[in-house]
Amino acid sequence: MSSKYLQFRRRVTDYFATFVAALLSAVVVGTLLAIFAYLIVKGAGSVNWAFLTHTPKPVGEIGGGMANAIVGSTLILGMGSLMGIPFGIGAGIYLAEYGRNRFGAVIRFTADVLNGVPSIVIGLVAYGLVVFTEGHFSAFAGAVALAIMMIPMVARTTEQMLLLVPQAVREAAFGLGIPQWRTTISITLATARAGILTGIMLAFARIAGETAPLMFTALGNQFWSFSANQPIAAVPLQIYTYALSPYDDWHRQAWAGALVLVALIVGTISLVRFIFARSTLREAR
Amino acid sequence: MPTAVEVRDLKAWFGKTEALHGINIAVESNHATAVIGPSGCGKSTFVRCLNRMHETIPEARAEGQVKVGGMDIYDAPAVDVRRKVGMVFQKPNPFPSMSIYDNVAAGLKLNGTSNRKTLDEAVERSLRQAALWEEVKDVLKKKSGASLSGGQQQRLCIARALAVDPEVMLMDEPASALDPISTAKIEDLIFELKQKLTIVIVTHNMQQASRVAEYTGFFLMGHLVEFDRTEKIFTNPSDKRTEDYITGRFG
Repeated sequence: MSSKYLQFRRRVTDYFATFVAALLSAVVVGTLLAIFAYLIVKGAGSVNWAFLTHTPKPVGEIGGGMANAIVGSTLILGMGSLMGIPFGIGAGIYLAEYGRNRFGAVIRFTADVLNGVPSIVIGLVAYGLVVFTEGHFSAFAGAVALAIMMIPMVARTTEQMLLLVPQAVREAAFGLGIPQWRTTISITLATARAGILTGIMLAFARIAGETAPLMFTALGNQFWSFSANQPIAAVPLQIYTYALSPYDDWHRQAWAGALVLVALIVGTISLVRFIFARSTLREAR
Repeated sequence: MPTAVEVRDLKAWFGKTEALHGINIAVESNHATAVIGPSGCGKSTFVRCLNRMHETIPEARAEGQVKVGGMDIYDAPAVDVRRKVGMVFQKPNPFPSMSIYDNVAAGLKLNGTSNRKTLDEAVERSLRQAALWEEVKDVLKKKSGASLSGGQQQRLCIARALAVDPEVMLMDEPASALDPISTAKIEDLIFELKQKLTIVIVTHNMQQASRVAEYTGFFLMGHLVEFDRTEKIFTNPSDKRTEDYITGRFG
């Protein structure tokens, strides 16, 4: 075979592979953009000041908004993250740094199973744990449901990210006489933090859109509520209720709610990334 | 001259495999001692037993007596031992998430020193001792340790080890991943450091051993075959196996 032919064939293969990779990326990015575009087309018209600052109007009255649901979602997500993230990171640390044994394998398996449990089942569990024992629906119960969903996701990504930290980094720390717990907190976790943060953000985005676990826990309402012990509205619940209703105005509001929810998620992730990127730039590079 | 490290009947295992079969050696203080031998002879395992790093590997254990400055290291807490006996590894391993300053200060900071002045002084002193100060003094807190060149990273790791003020410094092939110029810098450094502390250096490079070390031990299959003054080992070894190795007949 002539070298000219070989050269030609290699170039064609190279172009072809690059084209396929670019095409596949375009499909992924395109899908995301299409969702955003559709949400904006359908929802942007109904997002206005009243939508963001008012509570829902009674059936039949036009107008009103989702302000109480936005606050409710923020509250539930905040409490859920506060419970889920520390437990998740803690479990991840155990799995990566101490869990090379039978017990670790059991936890790893359990976490994977929990990751696969349908969210509505987790809602039922939180109902049994919190709502049933306390005797009433509450924002707290919703947060517990979301935290249960968050823990295995955060735990497994934390574990994976910690395992990516080279053993040489841990050895360097041990060689300086730094105790293992200190090494884990100040060196291994710090080295893996970018990846762990990404995992937390993914888990957050995932639970932020959950509706089913909130149905029998947070329940939803039509009024202002800032209490962890009362039923509370949440954007996904409100979207669900409005989308299934027969009223055009509610349909519009459901689209607006979906747009606001996505904006909230993207906004939170961008903010965390921004703060994190600045703190990294300061000390490194 | 006083003895800095005294090793008696040291045995080490990986699981059920015995990697060191009873090593006896006395390392003289303020000198450099080279450890040479073919791959797999146990020389790295040996030095890692001198600051209890060996046992950080799962299923690895060691037995015997190692005295550093009169202290039996297998009777003391491992973290204390490692502050007394520092270590520099084969591949430079700065903490990637930390600045140059934080890398050097890590051993002190993470062991509870928070006094700003103490840390500043220790960082400057250590970087000067490691002959890195002039190159990095303007970017101490701006650049990450991982952004330096390989040779600079290794000197950073030496500075990091020096910052906790060890009595003994173990070097496990510290120059094997570096270019000749960086290697020469590390070797010059070893000469300087001997004024202050005792050095045990593992090396694959016999010229390096003869350049930097007053004493040399030849390891083979987990045994210390011969230990003597370096020039004796390289010019007139007593053991046939040492002679075969240094003349390149095997290994």
